[in-house]
Amino acid sequence: MDTLFEFFSFNDPNVLIVTLGTFFLGAISATTGCFAFLRKRSLVGDAVAHAILPGIALAFMIGQEKNPIILIIGALISGWIALLSIDHISKNSKIKSDTAIGLVLSVFFGFGILLLTRIQHSGAGNQAGLDKFLFGKAASMSVQDVQTFAIVGLITLIILSSFYKEFKLISFNPDYASSVGLPVRTLEFFLSSLTVLAITTGIQSVGVVLMAALLITPAAAARSWTHRLGSMILLSALFGAFAGLTGTYISYTAPRMPTGPWVVMALSFFALFSLVFAPKRGVLSRIRQQRKNREKIITENILKAMYQIGERHGAQGDVVTEEVLQEKRSFLKREFSLGVRLLRKRLWIIESPEGWKLTTSGVTEASRVVRLHRLWEMYLNQKMNLQADHIHPNAETIEHIITPEIERELIRELDRPERDPHDREIPYTS
Amino acid sequence: MSLNDLYILVTGSAIAISCGLLGSFLILRKMAMIGDAISHAVLPGIVLAFLISGSRDNIPMLIGAAGFGLLTTVLIELFHKKARLQEDASIGVTFTWLFALGVILISVFSGQVDLDQDCVLYGEIAYVPLDLLIGPDGSIWGPRPMWIGIGLLLMVVIFIIIGYRGLLVSTFNPAYAVSIGISASVWHYLLMGMVSFTTVVSFESVGAILVVALMIAPPATAYLWTGRLRRMLLLTAIFGVLSTIFGYYLAVWINGSVAGGMATASGVFFGIAYVRYRILSNRAIYSNGKHNEHAISHPEMDKA
Repeated sequence: MDTLFEFFSFNDPNVLIVTLGTFFLGAISATTGCFAFLRKRSLVGDAVAHAILPGIALAFMIGQEKNPIILIIGALISGWIALLSIDHISKNSKIKSDTAIGLVLSVFFGFGILLLTRIQHSGAGNQAGLDKFLFGKAASMSVQDVQTFAIVGLITLIILSSFYKEFKLISFNPDYASSVGLPVRTLEFFLSSLTVLAITTGIQSVGVVLMAALLITPAAAARSWTHRLGSMILLSALFGAFAGLTGTYISYTAPRMPTGPWVVMALSFFALFSLVFAPKRGVLSRIRQQRKNREKIITENILKAMYQIGERHGAQGDVVTEEVLQEKRSFLKREFSLGVRLLRKRLWIIESPEGWKLTTSGVTEASRVVRLHRLWEMYLNQKMNLQADHIHPNAETIEHIITPEIERELIRELDRPERDPHDREIPYTS
Repeated sequence: MSLNDLYILVTGSAIAISCGLLGSFLILRKMAMIGDAISHAVLPGIVLAFLISGSRDNIPMLIGAAGFGLLTTVLIELFHKKARLQEDASIGVTFTWLFALGVILISVFSGQVDLDQDCVLYGEIAYVPLDLLIGPDGSIWGPRPMWIGIGLLLMVVIFIIIGYRGLLVSTFNPAYAVSIGISASVWHYLLMGMVSFTTVVSFESVGAILVVALMIAPPATAYLWTGRLRRMLLLTAIFGVLSTIFGYYLAVWINGSVAGGMATASGVFFGIAYVRYRILSNRAIYSNGKHNEHAISHPEMDKA
C-alpha cells in the first residue's frame, strides 16, 4: 500500500513523466487502433511498426546524429512506403493481403537490421541508442517525449473529431462511402497516416512488437462491450491508458520489470477478461444463451408431443408414458430427462407412476407451441405458396422463436384460421 | 571464397530452403501471418526450456518452442472461433501477449538466462564456423549448426514428400480432403508443428523476424512466377539459395548482419518478380484480353 501512495504522490518527477507518457501513448494508439481493427487491418499496424526501422536507421546515417525530428521524418516516410507497398501488392497481384503484410514486415525489418548492425559496427550505435526502437525503454522517457505525445494526441483528436463521420463510414461501409462521393482512398490514407504517426511516436518507448499490441489489443477488448463506435473508442482509450498506468506501477514496484511488456500483459488481461465475461458478446454469456435456447427447445418439443398424443386420444391431461412419447418423437435420453425435470419444475407436467400428465397451465403452454407451429405452416402455405409437404421442417424451428407480437400479426394476416394445411385444428386459448 | 564462407552459405541455404518450402504452404493457405505469430510466440517457450533444463541443449528448447508454437495456433483459433474475435486481431493479440511474456521472463531471470535479446532478433549466422562438431575420435566434422541445418532440410523435404498429397488437397480444397478421408485439421496441426520446429531450429542462426522473411519472401516470389505447386516449391528453393548468397555478400560488403542481408536480398528478388509480373499482366490485358497464365488462380485447384 505504501508503494501505491508513494507512486501516486508523484514525488519522483521521473515517475510522473513515465506515467503521463504511457498514459497518453496508450490512449492515442488505442484510439487509432479502433479504426484499424474495424477495417480488419490490425496487422498492418504491426507491419508498419516493423517497417519504420530502416527509415530511422537511414535518417540516422544521413543526419549523423540522433536528431528526433529527422528520425521521426525518416520513420514516417518508411512507414508510408510500407503501407503503400502492402496496398499495391495486395490489390494488383494474386498475392493475398496476409502474405503482402508479412512480406513487407519482414523484408523492411531485415533491411533495417542490416543498416542498424552497420551503424553499430561502425561504433556509433551505442551512443545513438537506436536499440530502443527494438524493445523500447519506457523508463527513460523525457519531458520532451511526453510533450511530443501530448501534441500528437491533440493532433489525432482534432483530426478524428473533424472527420469522425467520414472515418466511421469508410470503416463500416467503404462501398457506400464511395457511392455517396466521399474520397475513400484519400480518407483511408489519412486514417492510416494517423496510425503511422502514433506508431512512430510510441515506438521508442515500448518497442516494435509491443507497439503492435497497443494498437490491436485495446480495440479487441473494447469491441466485446459495445457496438457503438463512439463508446468503443472511449473504452479502448481507457483500457490503453489504464494499462499504461498499470505497467508503470509494476515496473516502479519491481525495478527489474520492464514497463512495456507489463503494459501489454495488462492489456492482454483486459482483452481476455472482456472476451470471456462481457455481456452479450462474451463467451460465457453466449454459452448461457445457448443453454437457454437448448432448454427452451427441448421443453417445447416434449410439450408439443404430449399435446399431439392428447389430441389423438381426444382428451388432454391423460397420463402419457415415456414409451409412447419416444414413439411419437425420438428424443435423446439425456435431453429428455433434462426437459422433463424442467417441465416438472415449472409445474407444466406432473409425474405419476406410469408417466406424466399435462397440468392445466401445461396444456395452455403446449397449445401455444402447437398453435405457433400450425400458424406458421399456414403462413408458409398461404402466403409463401409452399407445398403442404414442404413446410413442416421450417415450422419445427420457427415455432420456438415466434414472439407474441409476431403471433398476433400472423393471426391478423391469416384471418384467424381454424385449421392448418394438414387439416388439423389450430388451438386458440381465447 | 574461403571454407568459412562456404560453411555459412551452406547453413544459410539449408535454412532458407526449409523455411521457404513450409512457407509456400503457409502463403497458399493464407496463413502467412500465423507463421509470423509463431516466430514471436516461441520466445517464452525457449526461455522456459532454458530455465527448466538449465542448459542451451537443443532438445528441451525444441520441445518448449514447439509447445508454444502449437499453443499459439490453438489460442488464435480459440479467440477466433469461440470468442468470435476477427482473425487478424486474434493473431495480433495472441503473439504480442506471448512475446511480452517472453521478454518479462528474460528480464526476471536475466541472471540465469544467457539469452540475449540481440541474438533472438538477428541470430548469429556469422559465428557458424566457430561452433565445431567434434567426433568421438577427436576429429573435426565441421560446424555443428551446418549439420543441424542440413538435418532440418532433410526432415522438411521428407515431410513434404510423404505428406505431399495430404498437404496439397487440404490446402486447396479442405472440403474435398475430408470427403476422401484426409483430415484437414491433422494436416493443419502437422504443418504448424513443422513451422514451429523450423522456427526454433533456425532461430539461433537467423533470428526470429528473419525466419519470417525466409518463410514468406521466397515463396511469394515463386508464386508470382508460376501457378503450379511443384514448380513453385522448386523456385522457392532456388530463390532461397540465391537470397542466401547475395544476402551474405551484401552483408559482408556493407559490414552488417548476415540475416538482415538475406532478408533484404529476398526482398529485392521479390521486387524483381513483382515488376516482371506487373509488366506481363498489363501486356496480357492489352493483347486482346488473351488468357494469361499469371492472372488465373491456382491450376492445382482443378487437379485436386
